[in-house]
Amino acid sequence: MRRAFFAVLRRDLALAARAGGGGELALVFFLTMVVLVPFALGPDLNLLSRIGPAILWLGALLSTLIGLDRLFQADEEDGSLELMRASPLPLELSVFAKGLAHWLTTGLPLALAAPLLGLLVALPAEAILPLVASLIVGTPALSFIGASAAALTASLRRGGLILPVIVAPLTVPVLIFGVSAVDAARGGPLPAGTPLLILGAITLSAIVVGSIAAAAALRQSE
Amino acid sequence: MASLIELANPARFMRLSNVLLPWVAGIAVLLLLVGFYLAWFVAPADYQQGETIRIMYLHVPAAWLAMMFYSMMACSALGVLIWRHPLADVAQQAAAPIGAAFALICLLTGSFWGKPMWGTYWVWDARLTSMLVLFLLYLGVIALRRAIDEPSRAGRAVAILTLVGSVNIPIIKFSVDWWSTLHQPASVLRLSGPTIHTSMLWPLLILAVGFTLAALWLHAVAMQAELLRRRVRTLKILEAERLDRLSLQAAE
Repeated sequence: MRRAFFAVLRRDLALAARAGGGGELALVFFLTMVVLVPFALGPDLNLLSRIGPAILWLGALLSTLIGLDRLFQADEEDGSLELMRASPLPLELSVFAKGLAHWLTTGLPLALAAPLLGLLVALPAEAILPLVASLIVGTPALSFIGASAAALTASLRRGGLILPVIVAPLTVPVLIFGVSAVDAARGGPLPAGTPLLILGAITLSAIVVGSIAAAAALRQSE
Repeated sequence: MASLIELANPARFMRLSNVLLPWVAGIAVLLLLVGFYLAWFVAPADYQQGETIRIMYLHVPAAWLAMMFYSMMACSALGVLIWRHPLADVAQQAAAPIGAAFALICLLTGSFWGKPMWGTYWVWDARLTSMLVLFLLYLGVIALRRAIDEPSRAGRAVAILTLVGSVNIPIIKFSVDWWSTLHQPASVLRLSGPTIHTSMLWPLLILAVGFTLAALWLHAVAMQAELLRRRVRTLKILEAERLDRLSLQAAE
């Protein structure tokens, strides 16, 4: 069982590394998003520094969602999803492996690139570490909430735009606590750890609910 | 439980709803007439909010119904996924637009009240924001339903999305509460009894029951229409298959 789990994980990581179009594209999109914001807001560094965490979180959210519709679609098309359904590994764990691979190739690079992009929006030095921490803790929730929606839309021909529409309202808590974790670390009224802990709780429950819901959705579309 | 499942038979549902619907509609109209008479002419204007208080009589029932219809959709979703019952799917499909409409009514009436009272149509306050998120959830459910062509598959996909949404609603509510709060706290459904004066509470309750019955009437009619639509669809498919066979026989 463990071998099957790691096989799915390794396969998705290898696909992301060799086939392209996944993780690094999300990074480029993230960079583009963050670069576009100052053009809309004006080059006022004080303003940018104040809303910097929000810009980076919004960018991370959108870049995670943008490629998610392909998470199960490619497998549905080439038939590997059939193999996963037939394998002794529970479908929930296959979904978990795929979601984990998605996070390792999208969410984690986004979090690690955030300090560099933070420089563009004049994020103060003491906010950089909390930002990276909140992104590392929070982005798995985005991957797994998105995975359930990706499973629902896996067999749709025009699934591209419907996925963000479905997922966006469900990501409200992640966005709230992600940004407030950074703000708290910059001297907000709260102790810095609290929003981060709640964010961790949201992520853990999103992993469970997302995996189960996505597996149920994939079984329904047989 | 057995009787509930018998009721879930589509043909029986059609018969029963045909008998009940005129009564439900009649009582709903009566209650709405009485309630609106009380709300417009009898209930006093508020000492602070003046005449704008009368917006509440539409605003509050709409908010309750928007939440009630999402709960109804979640219950139907369980029926779809566990028993795979077609009527549950019809119920959840018919509930979504009605719930969305009540959420929209709640948001619009709220902003009409907010302009004179708070001085702005919209504030990013916790309760307003949760209702807006609920409205977006409704739109997502409707969009997913429209994106999948085959009704039974669409029904199961929508059911999963509805349940994921209903797990999320308390989390969203909690996080939005944390995020900001300006709206007055609940004043009717409280453990210590309502804080609203009886001269305003009665019209509100009568209207709430009236709106609920009207909404249930709409829901049942929408379900009937959807059942008939699906029956027509099946008949069309059967007819097409029959014509197919006939043309095959003619060719032989």
